[in-house]
Amino acid sequence: MKEKVISNQSLPSTAEPIQRLVQELNKLPGIGPKNAQRLAYYLLRAPEEQTQLLAETIASIKRQTTLCPICFNVTATDHCLICRNPERDQTKVCIVEQPQDILALEHTRIYKGLYHVLHGAISPTEGVGANDIRITELLERLKNKLITEVILATNTNLEGEQTALYLNHLISPLCIKLTRLAQGLPFGTELEYADDITITRAFEGRQGF
Amino acid sequence: MSRPRTYQTEAIIIKKIKLGEADRILTLYTPILGKIQAVAKGIRRPKSKLAGHLELLTHSTVSFARGRNLDTIIGSQTIDSFLPLKSDLSLTAYALYTTELINQFTAEYIENRPLFQLLLETLHQLCLTGNRELLLRHFELHLFKEIGYRPQLRECVVCRQPLQPVLNYFSSDTGGMLCPDCRLTQTIVYPLSVDALKVLRWLQDNDFITISRLKIEPKLSHELERVSRNYIKYLLEREVKSVAWLDSLKQSTQLI
Repeated sequence: MKEKVISNQSLPSTAEPIQRLVQELNKLPGIGPKNAQRLAYYLLRAPEEQTQLLAETIASIKRQTTLCPICFNVTATDHCLICRNPERDQTKVCIVEQPQDILALEHTRIYKGLYHVLHGAISPTEGVGANDIRITELLERLKNKLITEVILATNTNLEGEQTALYLNHLISPLCIKLTRLAQGLPFGTELEYADDITITRAFEGRQGF
Repeated sequence: MSRPRTYQTEAIIIKKIKLGEADRILTLYTPILGKIQAVAKGIRRPKSKLAGHLELLTHSTVSFARGRNLDTIIGSQTIDSFLPLKSDLSLTAYALYTTELINQFTAEYIENRPLFQLLLETLHQLCLTGNRELLLRHFELHLFKEIGYRPQLRECVVCRQPLQPVLNYFSSDTGGMLCPDCRLTQTIVYPLSVDALKVLRWLQDNDFITISRLKIEPKLSHELERVSRNYIKYLLEREVKSVAWLDSLKQSTQLI
């Protein structure tokens, strides 16, 4: 990935600590040079406790979190809250690309099973293959006879589809029920803008009313 | 006269990278403008009207608004989404390989209509059943021609004599064949059997319809693949990333 750089010459009158903060903020996704400047000067005027708290919080996310050894979700304890919860359905595992996807799924409170985070998706042109994401760990986990259903919840773009097809190829010989989240028309949109693949899948997956 | 603020073209989406919260920068290959880049805003949100029409390996009509730096995509309608191709793991890998080659070998805003047609036709042909390896070799050979690297397969590039039906040699440096007498003039050469040379010449001269009738042995197919890949690596001076995935898929399907 290209590093965003602000040239030093463009801000000759800026104090060096501010300059450094602007450069650091500018590295964050979605923060451009002007946004970085605005945030830096805001923090300069903010109460000391607030900046202190922010600095400590940022430092703690690296120090106080780790990946759950079972599902690879981000956790502050040795096992994540979902894997530790005995009330979760231990027979189902839902496969997602990144930890943020769990948040979206959990928000609905529909799914009561477990998760597995791949930390990426197969993307040949970016050089990401099957060994670069946590597929081996998943297969190891599926040796546990308790698991009877695997739900593929990878993204519905080309990389997510490739990953799902590849997992299907690996998991189908294991005699575990394998399902993929339904695809079709999103809620609150208009049919006329839908693309061919979405409409095709919506028809294929239509249900009795 | 100023240029119009919006324009429309058909395009094949060959690359995408994330930008900001929900946007992407897409690389598109078009018949008239050649390779272009544009921003697709909000495309990563589930309710995006454009997302399905702008996925990788999709042939679409796309409208753009000119921007200061990059143009912005304002509308899109799918022409062909190549669904059979996207529902098959290895076909997708083959298709991504072709688009990666197009992306690597072309510069922005250079019109090459035959190359667009070649990519489009190759994606169509991949959806139909046929010899995928031969399709790729055909694609590569015609890609070389369109970008000015057409290999000389008829005569020896050093002595200019027609090649005899014996074991000859391919040299990436000189972009063509060497006869057994001249092969020592180059340091790196790859032996090419009489059959392999015949297939390469045939692919160079024929279109898709005729190549679907050709059947070749796996050994010959490997030989062709090796020569072609080495030539590509020489021209690009780097590896083609999607090759690794293509190979690992080939291996795993052979095992099962």
